[in-house]
Amino acid sequence: MSGAPSLKAGAGAPDAPGGAPSLKAGAGAPDAREAILGTIRRSLAQGGIQSAGGPEVDRRLNVHAANLVPARAKLDPARQVDLFAQEAERVNATVARAPRLKDVPGLVARYLAERNLPATLRTAPDPLVRAVPWSSQPLLSLSEGPARGDDPVSVTSAFAAVAETGTLVLLSGPESPTTLNILPATHIVVLPAAHIVGTYEEVWAKLRATWAGEGLMPRAVNWITGPSRTADIEQTLLLGAHGPQRLHIILVENDEEDA
Amino acid sequence: MDSTARAFEDNARHALEDAKLQAALARLSEGFPAKRREAAARLPEFEALRDQARAIKDHVLANLDLYLERFEARVKENGGHVHWCRDAEEARATILEICRAAGARTVTKSKSMIGEELAINEYLERHGIQPVETDLGEYIIQLRHEPPSHIIAPAIHLSLGEVAETFRDSHKDRPAGRPLEDPRTLLDEARAELRGRFLAADVGITGANMLIAETGSNVLVTNEGNADLTHTLPRVHIVIASIEKVVPTLEDATTILRVLARSATGQDMSVYTSFCSGPKRPGDPDGPDAYHVVLLDNGRTRMLGGEFHEMLRCIRCGACLNHCPIYKAVGGHAYGWVYSGPMGAVLIPNLIGMEEAKHLPNASTLCGRCEEVCPMRIPLPRMLRQWRERLFEAHEASVTSRWGLAFWAFFATRPALYRVVTALAMRVLGTLGHGKGRFRRLPLASGWTAARDLPAPAGETFMTLWAERRKGRRP
Repeated sequence: MSGAPSLKAGAGAPDAPGGAPSLKAGAGAPDAREAILGTIRRSLAQGGIQSAGGPEVDRRLNVHAANLVPARAKLDPARQVDLFAQEAERVNATVARAPRLKDVPGLVARYLAERNLPATLRTAPDPLVRAVPWSSQPLLSLSEGPARGDDPVSVTSAFAAVAETGTLVLLSGPESPTTLNILPATHIVVLPAAHIVGTYEEVWAKLRATWAGEGLMPRAVNWITGPSRTADIEQTLLLGAHGPQRLHIILVENDEEDA
Repeated sequence: MDSTARAFEDNARHALEDAKLQAALARLSEGFPAKRREAAARLPEFEALRDQARAIKDHVLANLDLYLERFEARVKENGGHVHWCRDAEEARATILEICRAAGARTVTKSKSMIGEELAINEYLERHGIQPVETDLGEYIIQLRHEPPSHIIAPAIHLSLGEVAETFRDSHKDRPAGRPLEDPRTLLDEARAELRGRFLAADVGITGANMLIAETGSNVLVTNEGNADLTHTLPRVHIVIASIEKVVPTLEDATTILRVLARSATGQDMSVYTSFCSGPKRPGDPDGPDAYHVVLLDNGRTRMLGGEFHEMLRCIRCGACLNHCPIYKAVGGHAYGWVYSGPMGAVLIPNLIGMEEAKHLPNASTLCGRCEEVCPMRIPLPRMLRQWRERLFEAHEASVTSRWGLAFWAFFATRPALYRVVTALAMRVLGTLGHGKGRFRRLPLASGWTAARDLPAPAGETFMTLWAERRKGRRP
């Protein structure tokens, strides 16, 4: 980072004395855990607030019941797809429809050419993205793997998509590097229509049913609702703050056959 | 962060005279409330969702110890670490220790109000570690050495010209005469500056909009995507969160998310909502090697079970700020510490002490808009009144208001005398103000008449009019 301007906030001598911690990483403060939990219990008791008890808390966690689910997205599948497209466009994503996977390369090439964007794709090592017959568009140049700081365009799939708000759901994993969602200025998502569900609750159900990796969840579950934006300068809405300026979703109506 | 809450009256006076600030606050009051209204109108279930969100938080608070224990266990299962910290000092020391163990030289930070409570940037910098705020608004105010003036729009008080000036002063490697006239150019410059910082950082520090007990996850909500770069690129991810952020399940977090962005910015959902659960898994091509959660009390356990218990439902959406006539008049800095607006006026005395923050509970007209728009239905006006009562009992109320109240109480407890005196006073004022119907100046009322006229009374009190009406003398 040499040559980068320095951030001077609260600048002090780098080795100012005082406050060098004596704690071991991973420990926090020695007695803090018991002290905090003890104070919580005492405060609740003093306030006369009734605990539901450990068994009830565990039951609630195990049952993980849905709360009120808005009616907006309780639709038949075809109308869910339409609602997803409509909501995604409402938040400044663009949506194209491909009857089959073999139509994807042409749509990608056209999208990039129309906007004068580089035809250089960084793609996810995802079976669906790999199944796209990219060679039909020889002008597209492809490389696979996590995004690097200067990759202009990424192509990924998505675990699911939520019609309620036009939200894409991506899971981190070997087939889906998180950097692809966030570093390039243009993010293209190849989304089988069958991945679209009505509500977030359906995503959680699908995740619980299918997650087979380590831990309780993938490292990162990313909901993405439109391209990156900010309104921090005089409340002027601008797209492309740190994440992609353009989010293009190619809805593949039938991803099962051909390729 | 050091508090200037004690100087609220002066802070507010300066804010009212600051033309640039007033222009910025005018923009805010046009924007957020209308967007919130539209978003709420688009979702018929919005009010019912608010009720459920409130019930979820009430349930969590009543069982906070149990949910925190379960959250901790899940974080460990995911391969992460949990650090319990009673106060800011313990949290700062813990964060520094993690950074040092990682050999960190630079840290990227995604906007966090807990980070402000800890004043973590100044602390890390003092110990030789360079923190870089990555939310555009936070980046701007970090360059200017200013605290945030709004929970979700930290640089809301600045004009485009001020931002341009800040960038010109700070980004010295760029041509001095470059045009910086529109927001796009400024954003592109900040994006380019920060891209290098993101890629070089050793540690990423984020806050947490929620912690999920079921899965040991932290939830991060941004529109820019800076939180995702912060938790994905560095080798270590540190989450700093206060203990009341925990919710039971993914479904419960979802319900709260449905009201959060709508209340905050009027979006149905923020652009990036991320659920992070530990370090990267075997085979993951990116993500941090280590994941730490710093769980901070810093005054929350004292609030539990007491008069301000319900304040712990707050999800920091900023709706109460956006709808508060006082916030919209003086902005966030006047409040003098991390938080502002009605939620700040209730929370700050709890966190840094009533004496230091004694003016803040009076920074309210008690109009009730904050409670109406609060997604968690926190009774903010009631709590402000409770602080006022406590201040009065502790003799922390100002001399003027104590004498004023004593004076009024003397008459109010003697109804016959009260009626005679008020009837006389109204008649005198009514006669004096008869011509114009208002006073431009009045002895003892300069606080009112300095900025506006005082309407003259009609000449008779309500009690007199009512008595006459009952006798049938008037319609």
